[in-house]
Amino acid sequence: MSKQPNIDTSPPVSDEIRKTTCYMCACRCGINVHMKGGKVAYIEGSRDHPINKGVLCAKGSAGIMQVNAPSRLRSPMKRVGPRGSGEFEEISWDEALSLATSRLGKIRKEAPEKLAFFTGRDQSQSFTSLWAQSFGTPNYAAHGGFCSVNMAAAGIYTMGGAFWEFGQPDWEHTKLLMLFGVAEDHDSNPIKMGLGKLKQRGAKVIGVNPVRSGYNAIADEWVGITPGADGLFITSLIHELLRAGKIDLDYLARYTNAPALLNSDPNDAEFGLFLRDDDGKMLVIDRKSGKPTAFDKKGVQPDLRGTLRRAGVTHEAAFHSVAETYLAPEFAPEAVAERCGIEPQTIRRIAAELARVAFDEAISLPIEWTDFRGETHSEMIGRPVSFHAMRGISAHANGFQTCRALHILQILLGSVEVPGGFRFKPPYPKPVEAHPTPHCQSNPMAPLDGPHLGFVRGPEHLALKPDGSAARIDKAFTWENPMSSHGLMHMVISNAHAGDPYKIDTLFLYMANMAWNSSMNTKSVIDMLTDRDDNGEYVIPNIIYSDAYSSEMVAYADLILPDTTYLERHDCISLLDRPICEADAAADAIRWPVIEPDRDVRGFQSVLCDLGARLGLPNFTNPDGSAKYKDYADYIVNHERKPGIGPLSAFRGDGTETGRGSVNSEQLDRYIENGGFAVTHIPDSARYYKPWNMEYQEWAVGMGLFDTPQPYLFSIYSEPMRKFQLAAEGHGERQPPDHLRKQVHDAMRPLPVWEEATDDEGGEYPLHALTQRPMAMYHSWGSQNAWLRQIHGRNPLYVPTKVWEAHGFQDGDWARVTSRSGEIVVPVAHQAALNSNTVWTWNAIGKRKGAWALDDNAPEATKGFLLNHLIDELLPPKGDGLRYSNSDPVTGQAAWFDLRVKIEKCAAPDEPQPAFSSLRSPVGKGPKDLAWKVGS
Amino acid sequence: MTELPTSTDRKLGLVIDLDTCVGCHACVVSCKGWNTENYGAPLSDQDAYGAAPQGTFLNRVHTYEVQPPEGAAQTVHFPKSCLHCDDAPCVTVCPTGASYKRSEDGIVLVNENDCIGCGLCAWACPYGARELDQAAGVMKKCTLCVDRIYNENLPEEDRVPACVRTCPAGARHFGDFADPESNVSQLSRERGGMDLMPELGTNPVNKYLPPRPKQTEEIDILAPFLTPVAEEPKGFLKWLDKALGGD
Repeated sequence: MSKQPNIDTSPPVSDEIRKTTCYMCACRCGINVHMKGGKVAYIEGSRDHPINKGVLCAKGSAGIMQVNAPSRLRSPMKRVGPRGSGEFEEISWDEALSLATSRLGKIRKEAPEKLAFFTGRDQSQSFTSLWAQSFGTPNYAAHGGFCSVNMAAAGIYTMGGAFWEFGQPDWEHTKLLMLFGVAEDHDSNPIKMGLGKLKQRGAKVIGVNPVRSGYNAIADEWVGITPGADGLFITSLIHELLRAGKIDLDYLARYTNAPALLNSDPNDAEFGLFLRDDDGKMLVIDRKSGKPTAFDKKGVQPDLRGTLRRAGVTHEAAFHSVAETYLAPEFAPEAVAERCGIEPQTIRRIAAELARVAFDEAISLPIEWTDFRGETHSEMIGRPVSFHAMRGISAHANGFQTCRALHILQILLGSVEVPGGFRFKPPYPKPVEAHPTPHCQSNPMAPLDGPHLGFVRGPEHLALKPDGSAARIDKAFTWENPMSSHGLMHMVISNAHAGDPYKIDTLFLYMANMAWNSSMNTKSVIDMLTDRDDNGEYVIPNIIYSDAYSSEMVAYADLILPDTTYLERHDCISLLDRPICEADAAADAIRWPVIEPDRDVRGFQSVLCDLGARLGLPNFTNPDGSAKYKDYADYIVNHERKPGIGPLSAFRGDGTETGRGSVNSEQLDRYIENGGFAVTHIPDSARYYKPWNMEYQEWAVGMGLFDTPQPYLFSIYSEPMRKFQLAAEGHGERQPPDHLRKQVHDAMRPLPVWEEATDDEGGEYPLHALTQRPMAMYHSWGSQNAWLRQIHGRNPLYVPTKVWEAHGFQDGDWARVTSRSGEIVVPVAHQAALNSNTVWTWNAIGKRKGAWALDDNAPEATKGFLLNHLIDELLPPKGDGLRYSNSDPVTGQAAWFDLRVKIEKCAAPDEPQPAFSSLRSPVGKGPKDLAWKVGS
Repeated sequence: MTELPTSTDRKLGLVIDLDTCVGCHACVVSCKGWNTENYGAPLSDQDAYGAAPQGTFLNRVHTYEVQPPEGAAQTVHFPKSCLHCDDAPCVTVCPTGASYKRSEDGIVLVNENDCIGCGLCAWACPYGARELDQAAGVMKKCTLCVDRIYNENLPEEDRVPACVRTCPAGARHFGDFADPESNVSQLSRERGGMDLMPELGTNPVNKYLPPRPKQTEEIDILAPFLTPVAEEPKGFLKWLDKALGGD
């Protein structure tokens, strides 16, 4: 073919590759940023990186549109019009920091609790919490309370770790994976990579989700459960397995508290607590001696059947309660089928399949290991059944107990921390006892008495003032939600507006779009942010906000501290925080400025270093009063949490030390040379059975994860929960107020038993309503991204066939959707692969006019909508004059997915209702057309 | 009218596994990024932040629902780009010779210097795989990353199309269908690789692996249920005694 042109098939790709960490979502993949002429030309996944091993999702590849987005804020700003008008004046950093310092300095001097500092999806919580602790306010948390605290807390209280950042399925060995309530989210690329591996090996995937999209679309079996019933389904599986004796008795006896002796005398003040020896250790009956023995004594063989009568009190192994609870006929498949929307024979079959794979297809790795009782095992037995779950089961008022039930199912099958099962990632496993308890003692000009967030062991750790009222603005760690380990960010604005439990002065937010998609009841929240008192002053007097983009929240703040994009900043993804470890390795990573900002913006963490020094905060000031850290990079390298332990674990000391070691001023350079991350592998014989494997425990001490080995037992039975029940029954010094006794007692059952998440029986509002994020936008705070918005630019309400036909809907129709607290009018679309009592939409596609540098006619504003308007942050009044949050009564997790609605066809309005006025954009509008090529 | 080569030495193309594709659009955006910066004119976006954003994409993922006669409806994610057909109607229809199929590897390309943007090829392509770039006025299509797969400036393992390199689930495979032992030939054989709309006689090179059959209740009824050892706690503890050897 002579006409065929000669083309250059080997053009230069880039001048240079800079390796850093993605931040298009919370997955934190390694990326190669290809540079041409100092500009970002192309972004691809980094092959060496432990998280993504070269692959990259749609968001990651669209990063170039994020870094150049027209919605980027350009300069510090102070509000000059009324709140919500979007009228700002650009000011210098000096002026911005002076304004913040004088206001915050006064608060710190008089009443530090009047500062509420909450961060959104940021990943520098060990840093931001240190700042808040140094300031002295008890009012600090990140976004976990409205995200997935149920999943995290239930995992830690039950087995010392949870899914996602805490652990992962054993992708190499598992033969059956069950996904519960995983939308298209946590964690992004590793799950897709793992599913790909399972498909390659022919392993089976069962997806349990009302919506068959994403991962559920490729699952070999889809169980289209009715929302809120996952706990009931799981408990029925437990019932079936117990009934058939298909449980791992050896595992339960060795590694869980099932054989630990419980006080079984209902008349005793310690009823339901474990019998302990003088050292506080749980006692078990040793099968060899028949005698009560400390659970961890060398050579002890705990007996699951143990009973003991001591001082007139009967004690029985906790396993007796397990059998008694879950063999009850109320959990039989026939009894739960209707509420679950799952046929009884399906429940039976899945139980049989779990048992078959766990026990008949058990695997063994020829690796010798030694447990904490000193026994050496010649092999590692594996139960190749694994589970993963996320927000779908978490974001219900019964979510904590549902998550706990799932972990108990895993444990009964013996499939946690074994080959083929679920595996922890360092710094997990980590027992509750190794976590801090919450702290809330606040005094003027003094740091808080300890870390804000933690894990309560009993009523003594609640964050209450001497008069019994909540110490924190979000009422975390109170009788209303005792185990609220991540705080309740969704209640902060509502409580601050109501002055309940007290009034605050300054609301300081970072990366949290609370005036839009991150709040329940968005319209009311906007009203609260703009509400004025009798004197004409704002009810929430002062709002400082930091964001990189012109989000909806910007318009409601008084002072804006503009952040950088993710390619213009330093960050550390730290073992002290939310690291990027794998089950076989500890790992951490950095971001570094691969480009410099072309605007007058600063990384928020560097701004906090500056602000901390200006305020004279301990940890941010030298003895001579000068600033301790020049910027965040300086902090990352030089901060030591304990001697020898800093934010980054590798290249310490002389550059060769890992885990523990002195400060190395060249540490960041070493990370950059190494591709932006560092990995430390776990020795082969320490890779499984980590909570009980002494080689792992010693490796973890060497890495600085613990100071001493921390072997522990899984808590099938939760003694901390029982302590709250005892208080509700009238025992102990701290007891719940009478109106909460029943709630506390019902919520804090030491063995999870399913309860309906809401008292909204569904009569008037027969449908469940859910949201999820599309994969191409999951956890993405930039769905204005020019490329991604062409993939998902609108979000109809998806309606199942039964409802679609009953209402006579047709393509292009609109519907009025009503909940007990609100009404929206939105476009609808039909979806057949959907639970027949459920409607849903993509979350956070809908944008407000004027935000994100979008045109007022952008479909995100003219067709997109939020379901949030239908969800009240408070439950309906109970007639006692008190406010009850729409949250899990154990943890305070926002119960987004308890929403019930009714739907009716209606005439198409011009745009979705409620409609909002256009915000004035502080950054103008984006360009009309793009043809983005930076090279020649 | 442009001629097709009578045969090509190699037949480079993709195998796309519909059993594994989760519909994440990673391939769509990676393709957009690479091909905006590389071969030919950038892939432009019109009204990028406006009411009707519309840009050029060489690869798009469509989502369909399938309602089988029995059982639950299924969701299928279907990525689609140029199939590099052996009998490519987009080439033969081209009035200027801008569209051509390479004799060495079978890749169908557009020589943008000769393209007059008449759009005949897009009309002739039954798969809708070509898009006229509104800013450049030339026809854009999948190049199979011809500037990656032979690119000596890239590490060897990266000499694959951007969509293949980035696919998180590993649902996309690149190789030579002329070689019966290549990864793509083997995969296609083992998993029943299918042509898209074979009745049109375009002889596409790319193959699709169909979704594996999903479990149905009909099969399941035959599966054994668990045999109970006890119906209530007392009986269970007796069983436990036995199971633990009664010591």
